[in-house]
Amino acid sequence: MENIIYRGAEAEIIVSTYLGKEVIKKHRVPKSYRLPEIDKRLRAHRTKEEAKLMLEARKAGVSVPIIYDVHLEGATITMEYLKGKRVKELISELSNSERKDLCHAIGEAVAKLHNKNIIHGDITTSNMIFLNGRVHFIDFGLGEINHEIEAKGVDLHVLMEALSSAHSQYPDCFDYVFEGYSNEYKGNVKEIKKKIDDIIRRGRYRE
Amino acid sequence: MISLGIEGTAHTIGVGIVEDRNEKCRVLANVIKMYHPEKGGIHPREAANHHATHVPELIKKAFEKANIGSREIDIVSFSQGPGLGPCLRTAATAARALALSLNRPIIGVNHCVAHIEIGRGTTGCDDPVLLYVSGGNTQVIAFARGRYRVFGETLDIGIGNCLDKLGRYLGLPFPSGPVIEQLAKKGRKYLDLPYTIKGMDVAFSGLLTAAQHYHEKGESIEDICYSVQETAFAALTEVTERAMAHVGKQEVLLGGGVACNRRLREMVKTMAKERGARFFVPEDSLCADNGAMIAWTGLLMYKSGIRMRIEESFIDQKFRTDMVDVKWRT
Repeated sequence: MENIIYRGAEAEIIVSTYLGKEVIKKHRVPKSYRLPEIDKRLRAHRTKEEAKLMLEARKAGVSVPIIYDVHLEGATITMEYLKGKRVKELISELSNSERKDLCHAIGEAVAKLHNKNIIHGDITTSNMIFLNGRVHFIDFGLGEINHEIEAKGVDLHVLMEALSSAHSQYPDCFDYVFEGYSNEYKGNVKEIKKKIDDIIRRGRYRE
Repeated sequence: MISLGIEGTAHTIGVGIVEDRNEKCRVLANVIKMYHPEKGGIHPREAANHHATHVPELIKKAFEKANIGSREIDIVSFSQGPGLGPCLRTAATAARALALSLNRPIIGVNHCVAHIEIGRGTTGCDDPVLLYVSGGNTQVIAFARGRYRVFGETLDIGIGNCLDKLGRYLGLPFPSGPVIEQLAKKGRKYLDLPYTIKGMDVAFSGLLTAAQHYHEKGESIEDICYSVQETAFAALTEVTERAMAHVGKQEVLLGGGVACNRRLREMVKTMAKERGARFFVPEDSLCADNGAMIAWTGLLMYKSGIRMRIEESFIDQKFRTDMVDVKWRT
């Protein structure tokens, strides 16, 4: 029995079974708006990169679903089914202090990734699942391994924008995320902060 | 209510006159003049001189086209920003002179917001995600909690600017977008190009450099134009789809000069169809920079109770989309 539970912009999330276990299959669907050359290349590449990065993230001590199978031609990853709650929905259900703790935990996890030069590439609250008291990261499809401050800064800036657009009623979220990040990040935090400010200014029409 | 709008953020000076009918926009007149640099890119001062030369005749022409007397307009709107300072100041000065001489209220309008409102006013969409693609701007915008918020944008250059720079490099005239569109139709071979997406943001400078390298290597201009369009537009379509999924909206609207490109329209339309969403695009003259969109947005603002004194009507080169309190929507 296969059952699509979520249709995202680029992939279908399917509940399926694997060796008798209930699992999630992430299938990147072909997009007929783009050339087959571009489409095939992108889908296979993103599937491979995602599986690789999930493995690296786990090694770095960040919670991610366990991978059971990777199928490049079919652009499909079979992985553990995390029956938790998306952080996007969770954030508005928390008290202020719980939200602060959650944001700290998010920041710490991102720092653990960045300590190992893992760039998630699309850190939004839609891509975090809260389960058993831990924030799990999903969708590494736009990620990469990159040691540059620029990449880490952009990674955090994506999260900052996601927080301010989807959760603008809680304007201090990113400050707490960055507090958590600062506690865990092994490199120079000031450099990262400066880079984020640079990126904000680089955005169009900023002072 | 009848509103006259003056647009002058970059290379276009435009005057539009619109009227509201059952909450929809009726365009009575929409005339433009475009500044064409002799060589290279846009020179702000020369563009402003061009605008100053042509704005009086455009205002006259707009009244003639609308077939109304100047006293019949109720408000004067102008593009307050974002854009090039000298151009903005020229349009604002014309608007102030007109408002004072006719003794009518003046309203400053955010140019990017105007692109979304003219789409809502003329195409029948209600709550779309806007893919706004022009020379200077490339943004994915949607309404959330009282403001038009930017969910994705270019991290370096606008898509129109990317096409113009490529065009200049290949020796094509300005604006190069329409020429590139025609050449791309004859392209047959796809050349691998960087496809840069970060979250819901895009970047085009790497693609531009790679395209220039293909030209140096002797690849045909047609194949280069084809590959650039296919790659850049696919990335734009993808971030638009991401934004739609992220904010959960079922309508997509195109705006900005590059929205005239038929291949981009086709791609976004296909994307919309595949996800069961509806696709909208204003007519060409309302996609590119124009006065009617400024007039229409000024009218909506005025009717929602927004007022502006002459001394408050200064321009803002860095006027961000999300700085506008969208009182006319709930």
